[in-house]
Amino acid sequence: MIRQTMQEAIVAGIAEEMRRDADVFIMGLDIGRFGGPLNSCKGLWEEFGATGRVIDTPISEGAIVGAGVGAALAGKRPIVDIMFLEYLPLVIQQLGCDGGAMHYYSAGKARVPLVVRAKYGVGPYHGHPYDFHAWLMQTPGVKIAVPATARDAKGLMKAAIRDDSPVLFMEHMALYHGLRDAIPEEDYVVPLGVAEVKRAGRDVTVIASAAMVRRALAAAQALAKEGIEIEVVDLRSIVPLDEATILDSVRKTGRALVVQETVCFGGSTAEVAALIAERSFRDLKAPVRRLGTAYVPVPFARSLEKAAVPDDAAIVAAARDLVSQ
Amino acid sequence: MVTLSLDEGLRLYRTMARIRAFENAAEEASRGGVSAFGAALSASVRVRGPLHLSTGQEAVAAGVCAQLTTADLITSTHRGHGHTIAKGASVERMMGELFGKVSGCNGGKGGSMHIADFSVGMLGANGVVAAGIPIAVGAAHALKLRQRNALVACFFGDGAINRGPFLEGLNWAAVHALPVLFVCEDNRWSATTATGAMTAGDGALARAAGIGVPGERVDGNDVFAVHAAAAELVAQVRAGQGPRLLHAITYRVKGHVSVDPATYRDGEEVDRALQDDPIPAAAARLRAAGVAAEALAQIALEAEREVAAALAAASAAAWPDRAASYSDIQDTGSDRWLV
Amino acid sequence: MACLSYAQAGCLALERAMAADPAVVVLGEDVGRGGIFGQYRGLQQKFGTARVLDTPISEATIMGAAVGMALAGLKPVVEMRVVDFALCAMDEIVNQAAKARYMFGGQGRVPLVARLPIGIWTGSAAQHSQSLEAWFAHVPGLVVVTPSNPQDNCSLLAASLECGDPVIYMEHKELWTVEAEVDPTAKVPLGRASVLRAGADVTLVTWARTVQPALEAATAAAARGVSAEVIDLRTLWPWDRETVLASAARTRRLVVAHEAVRVAGFGAEIAATVAEELGIPVRRVGGARIPVGYSKVLEDAARISAAAILESLLQ
Repeated sequence: MIRQTMQEAIVAGIAEEMRRDADVFIMGLDIGRFGGPLNSCKGLWEEFGATGRVIDTPISEGAIVGAGVGAALAGKRPIVDIMFLEYLPLVIQQLGCDGGAMHYYSAGKARVPLVVRAKYGVGPYHGHPYDFHAWLMQTPGVKIAVPATARDAKGLMKAAIRDDSPVLFMEHMALYHGLRDAIPEEDYVVPLGVAEVKRAGRDVTVIASAAMVRRALAAAQALAKEGIEIEVVDLRSIVPLDEATILDSVRKTGRALVVQETVCFGGSTAEVAALIAERSFRDLKAPVRRLGTAYVPVPFARSLEKAAVPDDAAIVAAARDLVSQ
Repeated sequence: MVTLSLDEGLRLYRTMARIRAFENAAEEASRGGVSAFGAALSASVRVRGPLHLSTGQEAVAAGVCAQLTTADLITSTHRGHGHTIAKGASVERMMGELFGKVSGCNGGKGGSMHIADFSVGMLGANGVVAAGIPIAVGAAHALKLRQRNALVACFFGDGAINRGPFLEGLNWAAVHALPVLFVCEDNRWSATTATGAMTAGDGALARAAGIGVPGERVDGNDVFAVHAAAAELVAQVRAGQGPRLLHAITYRVKGHVSVDPATYRDGEEVDRALQDDPIPAAAARLRAAGVAAEALAQIALEAEREVAAALAAASAAAWPDRAASYSDIQDTGSDRWLV
Repeated sequence: MACLSYAQAGCLALERAMAADPAVVVLGEDVGRGGIFGQYRGLQQKFGTARVLDTPISEATIMGAAVGMALAGLKPVVEMRVVDFALCAMDEIVNQAAKARYMFGGQGRVPLVARLPIGIWTGSAAQHSQSLEAWFAHVPGLVVVTPSNPQDNCSLLAASLECGDPVIYMEHKELWTVEAEVDPTAKVPLGRASVLRAGADVTLVTWARTVQPALEAATAAAARGVSAEVIDLRTLWPWDRETVLASAARTRRLVVAHEAVRVAGFGAEIAATVAEELGIPVRRVGGARIPVGYSKVLEDAARISAAAILESLLQ
């Protein structure tokens, strides 16, 4: 085991795949000698730069992702770093509608093994927090990985690179340089579409992802003192959604709270909650509940930002309320 | 400086001095901010969000905006403090915005990357490269349709010419002969990547010429040259001849954001750029024209005092009320944000 | 009253607004010739080339310019041809139009109406057939309107032009030729659903093109002894939560039906809200998570049929 941050683990995962498969390469703005914003590609230039597999690009997001689709169609396995998920609107045509649909258009002949990396989230790097991944949840053909721990991040990245579909790989900035995690030294993948129960409990299922997993675990600890046992399901992938793990947990606890940092209204929390309401209705002891960011743009001022995003206390309060019903 | 009065020269100098003082103070206040570039966020930081400084680029903002009237509009970039000050915004309200205080020109909702002051015709900085170009074009189109005798100055960086809106926006402005002065403020760096190596062909001016937008290249560190070139192009735009492009060559002496040490750059390149500081260069020219050194020192001192007062006011100002999170979004359905 | 098509009804609303307010302008590809669906027919002849503005194929700049126009005092109507092409202008919609008022602290407003037609339409295949209304409803700052009939298309377009906010106005392409009596002076407020059929056993929420199969399904269900209340949502943001919750509280069952892909569609929001608030059984009927195929057989596989809705109503 080695101990790494999420940023280090992701880069290590990419480097291992680049060593394993000469078709894997990476491109994006500032990823070369500079090592990528927030060190997102640190060390890749030194190891692979001379072979032309670490490509600095101009500020042409749409063209870069479009080129990634093209390179994937032509047999390579590109990774594109678009810096921030806030730029998803600039690449949605290329990633969602071109990348996602090519396999279908070609009646299965073409494959688009493309990974698009993007940093996001309300965190220490105050800026670029937007997260509209729900768009891609509705877009056929694209997968979405959303790691909460360094270990999962590395395994998901390796799975994403080996996958034959376009994958949006979401890297939360508040987790990036945070806690170190024990990482196996041997080769491993975390398969796309497999959630993990990060803490077992009998009373309430909290379904979360990324930074909200940590908040849910903190809330679970607080509630354990009151005798309320929360089961924390970390989605790890938004697409494919691990319906079985979600529904199994809800069957056990009978209560479900879906938590995400993204805007709650019309977001992927709605899909998860609707799924539970449709499929687990008879298991539910209380109505399903969602927690997410208010339906406002993310404001700059700290006092306004706090008002907009759910915290540990909100999870505790919601879980407590569910149990009381 | 042939066509420039001493008063005008001193005004340009004062604008540059005010921008420099603002950027220096903002840089200082941002230490410990944005945890990019390896450093952790300090709990006591005053300017916590990404801060893109225009230090060393003051001559472009000062020279261009001196040719604008209060009726004229501007759009800006993520590196927009200089343009905002030069267009006449209050330094105190700008600093309040950087601090995220209710006294800020955007009430704390925008921060540095979205700083705006509509009362002086400053239609906003922008967090997305090249996104201000179509907005400037549309604003100019509105001025034309509303038969207003005014123009839009559209500032963007060298990196923006590699995004689609540059082509689309210039084409549109040329097709409709819109009153836009496009200003490519070329500081040679796209975030942490040298733009030259990423840009095919002969750059902004050549691309503009291909679309039928004439322009001029100018030493963007010579405020008097910028002022003169802008005068000529602005006159053509005001005469109804259609859009023009000013390609001002300058240099980004700071990192991409204020906490970026920019170690990816060649030290000699930065040293050379520091030798070419637009403010001492302007001072030397003014001195040669007979301005006393004390007068220039006095201007710098006043600028620093103004900024010190702005810092104090920003520190003392209140935070926005949480309820402000839920205003200024829409009128339609405006009671339902907490869904 | 006059018998008008859905396209003509929208055109009439726009004509009236342009006559009343010189700040209203139209811009987009082919609007001078009346638009590819005829929804701007005659406007350029009437109001001139300056106010009905033909543009190059520059979606990002059409949308961005409209934001600039709005900030500078006009009320632009933006033609995007189909929602699929608006994906080339997503930055301008999501990061600029939707947020300008907020991030500038209320200093400027963006009163614009962007027309982004949705839906499956005779062999238009994967890039001209999508229904992406949920994407825009998810973005704070936008109003999302989905009219289902000529009267609503006239009244809701008029309301959109008056509301002063950025509006994503989504006409369904298969409805353009549907005709009905239209009263151009009739008002329909944004955010108010319409109960098209009263019922006691199940609440059926839908909008746009899917209203037709929903009504057919309700009729068929009635014949089988199930009384469905059919609600045409009309606007997705703001959505008429009160009407839907009141109906569902009474019927104790909810079905939502839409043509858009079911997964993460706007039906998820409605189903989740009703499940949270009332704890009653909910069902969603929506498109499979597949692109819309070209061949009629494949296209039909992506459609929502009355039979599929009926099946959910009877469950």
